[in-house]
Amino acid sequence: MIKVQNLTKRYAGHTAVNDISFEVGKGEIVGFLGPNGAGKSTTMRILSAFMPATSGTVSVAGHDVFSESLQARKHIGYMPENVPLYLDMRVSEFLRYRAQLKGLARRRLKERMDEVIDLCNLGDVRDKIIAALSKGFRQRVGLADAMIHEPDLLILDEPTIGLDPNQIRQVRELIKNLGKHHTILLSTHILPEVEMTCSRVLIINKGRIEASDTPKNLLSHIRSAGSIRVEAKANALEVAAALEKLPGVKDVSAVQDGEWSVLQLRADAQADVRQQIFETVVRNGWALRELAGSRATLEDVFVEITQSDDV
Amino acid sequence: MRVFLTLLTREIKSYFYSPVAYVVLFFFLLLSGFNFYAGVSLLNRGPSDVTVVEAFFNTVIFWFGFVLLFPLITMRTFSEEFKMGTIEGLMTAPVRDIQVVLAKFLGALFFYIILWIPTLAYFWIFEFITKTQAAQAAGAYGGSYLLLLLMGMFYLSIGCFASVLTRNQIIAAVVSFVLITLLFFMGLLSFIVLNVSPFLRDLVGYFSAIEHMGEFSKGIIDSRPVVFYLSMTVLMLTLTYQVFQSRKWKS
Repeated sequence: MIKVQNLTKRYAGHTAVNDISFEVGKGEIVGFLGPNGAGKSTTMRILSAFMPATSGTVSVAGHDVFSESLQARKHIGYMPENVPLYLDMRVSEFLRYRAQLKGLARRRLKERMDEVIDLCNLGDVRDKIIAALSKGFRQRVGLADAMIHEPDLLILDEPTIGLDPNQIRQVRELIKNLGKHHTILLSTHILPEVEMTCSRVLIINKGRIEASDTPKNLLSHIRSAGSIRVEAKANALEVAAALEKLPGVKDVSAVQDGEWSVLQLRADAQADVRQQIFETVVRNGWALRELAGSRATLEDVFVEITQSDDV
Repeated sequence: MRVFLTLLTREIKSYFYSPVAYVVLFFFLLLSGFNFYAGVSLLNRGPSDVTVVEAFFNTVIFWFGFVLLFPLITMRTFSEEFKMGTIEGLMTAPVRDIQVVLAKFLGALFFYIILWIPTLAYFWIFEFITKTQAAQAAGAYGGSYLLLLLMGMFYLSIGCFASVLTRNQIIAAVVSFVLITLLFFMGLLSFIVLNVSPFLRDLVGYFSAIEHMGEFSKGIIDSRPVVFYLSMTVLMLTLTYQVFQSRKWKS
């Protein structure tokens, strides 16, 4: 559906996107992750034919977005960051305008508008002026706009930013449902969202793609998988020294809390060191009141990948 | 074509959705009403070979309001879309750049025409009440309003050009105001500076909106201004299109 080859975008002075290549197949929901300024929005703007690339090619549904821009644009439903809308229009009027602009067949117009309004839960506000709507509603109007012309591909730039947890859940459900019929590329900061909705994750940092895999594989490949919390009744330094010697354990930090010491440590993904920790504690005759491992989340992957070269 | 009509309808509607349109309409009517009153009372002072139509279109009040009008109509055309970010939604829809430029220009022209329609009533009322002719021939009406249309097209295209340069409406308004005023006063050069060379006087005469109106409101339709305004409009719209498209080459 999307084919990006050696895409580079340079602005005066800095390179926003640096020689990236990736593909998105039909029916995939791909999450586009990266810290602020990593080049997510730039890439999405190029994909949706708003901006030209400095070099490299992008094609959508077999059409080059630059040389066959109009045909490519017909296949794309794009929701820009911060959802710019015409504030002086009413919701239904705006959607009708956008549908006509994007060439939805006239006989489908009414039916499709009802569908989209229903899908995005806009029934209560369809006759309201957009300026009077809250952020959450505007976001959904933007989403409705993106899909009104029944595009094969949805490109959504931060669809859930600025929403409250309930609205985030609604939008996430909506995206999941849309994924049954559309190919979706979405960017977001909210990592659990990606774990829940996306079939594949692209992590971009400093204009380069650092990882491209399913959330599951990314998690299993991560080096320092998860952290372990240990609370033992002994001197914190002593406990830390003993546990540091165990194979597979690293980054031990210890805090004294009265008689107890509280330790936080990271372990290699492949090794489960909890048993060794338990045995070490018992061998030393310390009392143990907590031994808890937390599984690595995509957040750990994200932090590890995007910060590794800063250190 | 359907896409173009959709764009054009949106442009025209957007004028009437904004309070600016009604403020402009109101004050324009106030100004042109006063102008008409001033013209008629001038003619009341004594016999004159000037007709009401000529008196209406050739006063300082008329020109003053006229020059101010264009920045107000056109400043938001592109600037607002840039500022609000709606340009992103617009240009990722399957529309051509040229369609957008023409829709914005014709939308502005439509509003401009709406602005002038009520002034036709002045002459009708004048003739109805006084039972005398406001103009010597129908050609005077035709000439005046034809020139209004032609000048409007040119100055609106300057306004669109100024608006496509910036995301700030105030800057757009100032740029178009200065450009239009410069052009306008260039036509007055021969009145301001007395010893200009005949060549320069002739050259500047082509730009002189005041001279054009003097002739057209008598019903004398000269083809040179017609060609001048039409070709300048095409030139300004071409420049607007080029600037609008240039964002595609910025990289």
